[in-house]
Amino acid sequence: MSLYIRPDYEVVRNENRCIACRVCERQCANGVHSFDPETGLMKADESKCVNCHRCVSLCPTHALKIVKTDDVYRENANWDIQTVNEVYRQANTGGVLLSSMGNPKPYPVFWDKLLLNASQVTNPPIDPLREPMETQLWLGKRTAKTERTADGRLKDTLAPQLKLSVPVMFSAMSYGSISYNAHESLARAAEELGIYYNTGEGGLHRDFYRYGKNTIVQVASGRFGVHKEYLETAAAIEIKMGQGAKPGIGGHLPGAKITEDVSETRMIPQGVDAISPAPHHDIYSIEDLKQLVDSLKEATDYKKPVIVKIAAVHNAAAIASGIARSGADIIAIDGYRGGTGAAPTRIRDNVGIPIEMALAQIDERLRREGIRDEVSLVVGGSVRSSADVVKAIALGADACYIGTAALLALGCHLCRSCHTGLCNWGIATQRPDLVKRLNPDLGYKRLVNLVTAWKHEIEEMMGGMGINSLEALRGNRLMLRGIGLTDTELRLLGIRYAGESL
Amino acid sequence: MRERAKYVIIGNSIAAVAAIEGIRSKDKDGAITVIGEERYPAYGRPLISYYLLGATDRAHMNYRPADFYEKNGVALKTGVRAEKIDPAKKTVSLSDGGGVAYEKLLIATGSRPFEPPMEGIASVKERFRFMTMDDALALEKALSPEKRVLIVGAGLIGLKCLEGILHRVKSVAVVDLAGRILPSILDETGAGIVQRRLEEKGAEFYLSDSVTRFNGNTAHLKSGREIEFNILVTAVGVRPNIELVKEAGGKVARWICADECGRTSVPDVYAAGDCAESFDIASGTERVLALLPNANFQGRCAGINMAGGRAELKNAVAFNAIGFFGTHVFTAGAYDGECYTERSGNTYKALFFKDDRLKGFILIDLPERAGIYTMLLRESIPLSSVNFGELKHSPGWNALPSEMRRARFSREV
Amino acid sequence: MKRIYVNEQWCLGCHLCEYECAYANSGIADMVRALKGKKIYPRVHVEDCGEIHFAVNCRHCNEAVCAESCISGALSKGEDGIVRIDGNKCVGCLTCVLVCPYGAVMPSPDGHAAMKCALCTDNFAGEPNCVKHCPNGAIVYETRANGL
Repeated sequence: MSLYIRPDYEVVRNENRCIACRVCERQCANGVHSFDPETGLMKADESKCVNCHRCVSLCPTHALKIVKTDDVYRENANWDIQTVNEVYRQANTGGVLLSSMGNPKPYPVFWDKLLLNASQVTNPPIDPLREPMETQLWLGKRTAKTERTADGRLKDTLAPQLKLSVPVMFSAMSYGSISYNAHESLARAAEELGIYYNTGEGGLHRDFYRYGKNTIVQVASGRFGVHKEYLETAAAIEIKMGQGAKPGIGGHLPGAKITEDVSETRMIPQGVDAISPAPHHDIYSIEDLKQLVDSLKEATDYKKPVIVKIAAVHNAAAIASGIARSGADIIAIDGYRGGTGAAPTRIRDNVGIPIEMALAQIDERLRREGIRDEVSLVVGGSVRSSADVVKAIALGADACYIGTAALLALGCHLCRSCHTGLCNWGIATQRPDLVKRLNPDLGYKRLVNLVTAWKHEIEEMMGGMGINSLEALRGNRLMLRGIGLTDTELRLLGIRYAGESL
Repeated sequence: MRERAKYVIIGNSIAAVAAIEGIRSKDKDGAITVIGEERYPAYGRPLISYYLLGATDRAHMNYRPADFYEKNGVALKTGVRAEKIDPAKKTVSLSDGGGVAYEKLLIATGSRPFEPPMEGIASVKERFRFMTMDDALALEKALSPEKRVLIVGAGLIGLKCLEGILHRVKSVAVVDLAGRILPSILDETGAGIVQRRLEEKGAEFYLSDSVTRFNGNTAHLKSGREIEFNILVTAVGVRPNIELVKEAGGKVARWICADECGRTSVPDVYAAGDCAESFDIASGTERVLALLPNANFQGRCAGINMAGGRAELKNAVAFNAIGFFGTHVFTAGAYDGECYTERSGNTYKALFFKDDRLKGFILIDLPERAGIYTMLLRESIPLSSVNFGELKHSPGWNALPSEMRRARFSREV
Repeated sequence: MKRIYVNEQWCLGCHLCEYECAYANSGIADMVRALKGKKIYPRVHVEDCGEIHFAVNCRHCNEAVCAESCISGALSKGEDGIVRIDGNKCVGCLTCVLVCPYGAVMPSPDGHAAMKCALCTDNFAGEPNCVKHCPNGAIVYETRANGL
């Protein structure tokens, strides 16, 4: 017997406003809306609604809204409705619960407990509209040795670098988990912005080789789509060891999403589930990792920086120290709020640590060990705004990866149903009629707008602190103060409490 | 010769106006003289029935804005008739005794009603034709609610006249030799639908019949019936006005022969409009396509060529949109080959196709996107290249080849 | 001149443009009041054929066969390139409907005249309302002499 579970949301239609244009009906891939020719009215079957807001956004008369149901079970502070419904769901199906996007649980968000400094009287703020403000930066090893040729000229011994116009990159999202048009939007935006997007573990579609100089290609445990040309086309190579949304487990792309194009790009059979193993089966130590780093560098003639990406876990600092010694140029750390196209709910919601803590500890550890300049640090896992970026840099990051924010810019409404493949916004789907809903001509502009806006805001915040370059902000924890934090949290973040002077 | 103009146009209706526009698209300055027998600036002659119906008024009947001639630098002579062309001297003599010399001449003289001899017709006091504004104004004066009208001819002119006057008189009867109304543009089924519509409104029809003799206010029909009437309108057909060209030694048939550029056999003399032939792509024959749009196409084409440009009219075909009391009848082409029909209620569709091409169609009260059928016809689009199964039911671009759609939709057309 | 173009690659068949068109040409400022409970008579028409959708508007043809065919001179191509219909001159013969290759001139609901897109120069929208509200950039308003 399958127990009826009341939907979380209700579709509310203002009949006084609805003109029965049926746009909602045509735009809902879940089949929520329908037109009743007998009454001439629109109906809604909310049990199918995922609350993606496509209908709400497109309704020309704003006749629709989605509200949380006020249907309740008997109040219980321990057994909330969500928890109870999950039990019912599992009792109905016997399956592992699947979720998408980032951890939605009400854990503390440390970004929101950090406050930035500003200059007053004794040191002047800088107006970024009138004075130069440097948001450009380079990612890579900064440990060049001074060597000269026989005739006394300086040798270029600097390791390969990635040049960014702004400390923001689009994080790894595979073609397969997101659509062709989403990829194109990201690639074109990265090119126009002078930053990078990341293929994820899905390989690189031939059409996007032209964006190679703004592309970071991933090498993950499944090795999908990895070949020499793939590596050579890219600006940098990222070894994916872990993902913030699902540390310790691999990936699973359902066969239904392996269309002909995806299959060709990933170099795997069509229609068959694509399993990325939890570990890289050739990496069981830092030494093994070093071998892969070296292999990739050898394969690309030492011209491309290699990134190693890990999920933020309890021993992140020690692991990062090892990675810094493996020859990697950049370490990417993905916090436990990072997004995913699909992950087991229990993993997503209960594994890993906050990016803020991991970053502070890794930066601290690398500095203490004198190897901070061996690597650049890129952090992701719910960087939601330019303020989060500024705080991350002050905590020690070189740049940030944004995934969810980028998808929001493309129209995502965080309904967290990516795993169904029925994304009404054309992002997390391979169904052609849905994919076409994301016109990259519009999508890429929205991404460019977002990052451009953040750049302006970063400049404003830096200027306010009297800082005119990212170099001077990086790791400058004196620019941060904590609020609502415990002593332990302050210690781990390496910052003082709000109100505490030097 | 006292006067000269680079371009002289005889006639001042649709073909003339379109020719002026055609000339001006190539030559902004060359002097243009238009000789018009009627006293008015150009108006669409089909409007006269709408005028009587009250659907338009004289203020709105001019084909072009009031400043059209002046803006285009046209010397307009109205109320004057061109009597003769001297192709050697390149002059036109006028009924007012004057004349005008031309470099390029356009004959756009149109046609005149054909009136077969009918016994006793002289005994009919209120006798009208229905072609020009003056005809309509004269007829209008005679109309009154107690009068009965007899129209001889159930063609386009006769029936539009019927629509225009039915509400202003006591009754209207129509006699035609043919077995159905609008025989030149409708098949049996279509004619039946329109006839019923007109009968519902009060019209009486005497088909497969003809007037053998008039006797005052009585028409004696071949069938033996007699019709009492007050007003007679004759609308049995028209004859192209070809005399000017014929007398100048130009090649004529029942019409003025002209090529795709509008050139007659007389050097520097062009012809356009209801007096001139077109090559009808639906029937594959040369004939007069006496319809207003074709006069425009021909006039424009001739005008461009007169001004030294290059234009050809290669897709001429007959088409008519005609309405009777809200019933819209669209017809086009020739009713030749296989036929596909749809009939539901008072709507009717008949598509005629042959040799992989649409040849003609009849649509009654199915106006939606009918132009797509006309395009198939005018552009001779192979039916094998389109989804004709779909198009038969409803005209749409989705049934046309995607390359064609992309080509047309992605740039200026 | 700037014209409306539709790219079927991006047209979703949502039909919003039809409603936005009907609204813009309704003369009523409130969309609900303009359209609720009424049959709409838009000047843009979305064709659906399986996964293919595209909106068709008046193309404002360089050689506008509708204007050339108009028996009353009600249809004309202005100096701005826009093909307009003068409702006071139109007698509703629908010759323009019969000749428009795009099916983009249509009888108006009152039956007395034909109607067509005038790029929203004849209503309160000011700029083409279908373009403004197309959610996917499938309908654009731009200058594009020789195509893309």
